[in-house]
Amino acid sequence: MYKTRMGSGKSIEMSREEIKSEIDKGVEAAVEDGGVDPLARDEIERLVELHCIPAKFIGIERGRELVTTFDGGSIKLKRLNISLGRIVDAQIFERVLCTDSAEFAHVDYSFKPIKPIVDSEQIEFKQALQVTVVPMFYGAMPNLSLYYEPVGSQPNPSTVMMEESDIPKARRSIEKTVEMGVKDMVFVSRKMHEVGADGINFDTVGSAGEGDFLASLQATEKLKEMYPDICIEMGMSSEFILGMHGDLEYKGVNLAGLYPHEQVQLAEKAGVTIFGPVVNVEVNKSCPWNLARSLTLYKACREASSIPIHANVGMGVGGVPMSEVPPIDATTRTSVAMAEIGKMDGL
Amino acid sequence: MGGMRTAGDLVMRMQMAKAMRLGEAKQYVADKLEVSVEDLSDNIKMDKIRRKLGLGRIRPSVQEAVDLQAKANISELLDIKINSVEKYGLSRN
Repeated sequence: MYKTRMGSGKSIEMSREEIKSEIDKGVEAAVEDGGVDPLARDEIERLVELHCIPAKFIGIERGRELVTTFDGGSIKLKRLNISLGRIVDAQIFERVLCTDSAEFAHVDYSFKPIKPIVDSEQIEFKQALQVTVVPMFYGAMPNLSLYYEPVGSQPNPSTVMMEESDIPKARRSIEKTVEMGVKDMVFVSRKMHEVGADGINFDTVGSAGEGDFLASLQATEKLKEMYPDICIEMGMSSEFILGMHGDLEYKGVNLAGLYPHEQVQLAEKAGVTIFGPVVNVEVNKSCPWNLARSLTLYKACREASSIPIHANVGMGVGGVPMSEVPPIDATTRTSVAMAEIGKMDGL
Repeated sequence: MGGMRTAGDLVMRMQMAKAMRLGEAKQYVADKLEVSVEDLSDNIKMDKIRRKLGLGRIRPSVQEAVDLQAKANISELLDIKINSVEKYGLSRN
């Protein structure tokens, strides 16, 4: 029997045959949900082997390591109740955690609230760029939900639908927030690029539905027109685009329901430099099932792309259990699988 | 890859500057440093190379290039523009 886990993180034991069966079912689920090709037989065998290695911590062979990018970089250590500033945080990422990149971010991690304090953000970000070496992103979320009542000015489409059943009004509200979101994303990104950012990270894209994705694509387009060399990373919020509007298109493609291998093609057309797909974890399924499903969808995304793919892995996505303290046995198996089988460009 | 302990940050820069896939980015950096792809993640070898070329190290001595100066050296080595180096006008040391 081999030790593995559920998607919740709970420790369980399985035989090799049971692990193989779970992986087969996970691949089947990805094929059915995403309409992608299954993993090859030798890839499935390798995934079974990875789960049957008794060691708690496993690794990749020399020379096949992946690079890493992050979301919410300089606010992550604060969450651990460590009292430190963001510049020191960035230096810790660079010189203690030895990450390949770092990210500067505001604790209210959305473009809208950053807009009125952008001057202060520029000053501290500029200082951070002068005392670090690794490439540094400025990151934030489009988070179009912030533009809806009660915190925003636009009617909440869910409330409009529930109370008034007024579909055109709900759609107009979503369309308006796309305009507002693009404006704020471009404004803040422009300010950060002008102060020396190595890249801009649009993170948790699609969390408010397809309007959120559309705003990110349009903002990318505008920034690429202004600064052709700008690096934009787009990290997604979940595996498919929620259809809150139902009729929003980008370059003739309806955005609702797109899976990672379809999302990346639009991201590339908009000018995105690095794409970060997400596949959600099902907590009541095993880790072998979840990793097999994630890997199948991520591999399809990588094959559909000509730009680097940094797979989202951690705390409930990409096959890593839904826990704020992800177990190292699961994270290392996921990392090795993403490098060896998924052939990702980064995590 | 290990960031400044290795050549992880340099490979990352090629992905960001040129949208290179991982294999291409590693090969590009390896060619520039005249080492093998496997050497890029050897922290002992890379520490010596980074010290010699002034690319920034985890524990630099007081005479070494650090921070923006190290980034200026990386910019020249990799033949890419680094935004903060361009902004603050440093040249190679």
